[in-house]
Amino acid sequence: MRDRKSAIPAPLADATATKRGRNSANLGPEIQAKIGKQLRAYYAGLIEPTPERFVELLRALDKPGGKGPTDEG
Amino acid sequence: MKVDSAVRESMLAAVPGLRAFAMSLCGKIDHADDLVQETLLRALTNIDSFEPGTNMSAWLFTILRNLFRSEYRKRRREVEDGDGRFSATLKSQPAQPGHMEFEEFRAALAQLPPDQREALVLVGASGFSYEEAAQICGSAVGTIKSRVNRARTRLAELLAIENAHDMGPDSTTQAVLTGHEAG
Repeated sequence: MRDRKSAIPAPLADATATKRGRNSANLGPEIQAKIGKQLRAYYAGLIEPTPERFVELLRALDKPGGKGPTDEG
Repeated sequence: MKVDSAVRESMLAAVPGLRAFAMSLCGKIDHADDLVQETLLRALTNIDSFEPGTNMSAWLFTILRNLFRSEYRKRRREVEDGDGRFSATLKSQPAQPGHMEFEEFRAALAQLPPDQREALVLVGASGFSYEEAAQICGSAVGTIKSRVNRARTRLAELLAIENAHDMGPDSTTQAVLTGHEAG
C-alpha cells in the first residue's frame, strides 16, 4: 500500500544532543521568557486526561474479536 | 496484528500532548479528537515502520501534523478563507472568567500563520528540539528557527509585551546621569 504514504513518516531518532536556538534577534530574553511562560500555560490548559475511547482503541487490539485487527485468537 | 504492550503504553502516554497539539492546530476539541483517533489508527496500521526505541511521540506528532496539513489544504481548496475560518474558530471560544491572559494568548496565537504556530508550539510547549520539530514538519532546522523567531516577534507585538529593561538606561545608569545633571 503506497497511498497516503506521506502521512506515515520514517521513525525519528531521539535528538537529545540538540542545542536550543540562540535568542531571537529582535527580542530581549525577558520578552522571550514571558512569551514562553504564557505559551506553556496555554498548552497546559489544553492537557486533559486521555478519553476512554483512545484507551479502548489501543486495548481492542489484543482482544480476540476486538475492534482492531488481530492475528491471534 | 499484535502490538507490543510497551509500544501501546508509549502511544497512550503521548495522547494528552497529541490532543493539546491538535487543539492548538485546529481549535476544536471534536476535530482534535478525530485527528488523534485517525493518527492512532494509522500508527497501528503502520506500526511495522516504527522502530522500537525511537521517539514514539515525535512519530505520532508527525502523522497528526501531516493529516492536519492535508486536511487543511483540501479545505482551503474548498473554502476560500480556510485560514480565516480556523482563526475565527480559535478566537470564538467562550471566555472563561479569570482566564483573561489565557484567552488573550489564544486569540494572539490564532492570528499567527499555521507554519509559525505549529513550529512555536512544537518547540515552545510540546518539548521537542528544533531538530525534532524540523523532522515533524518536514522542514530544515533553520526554517523552524526562523518560524519560531517570527512567531515570537509577532506574539510580542500582538500581546504588546514590552521589555522595560531593554528600553533605555537601567536605574543605576539613570541615577548616574541624573547625578551628573545635578552637578
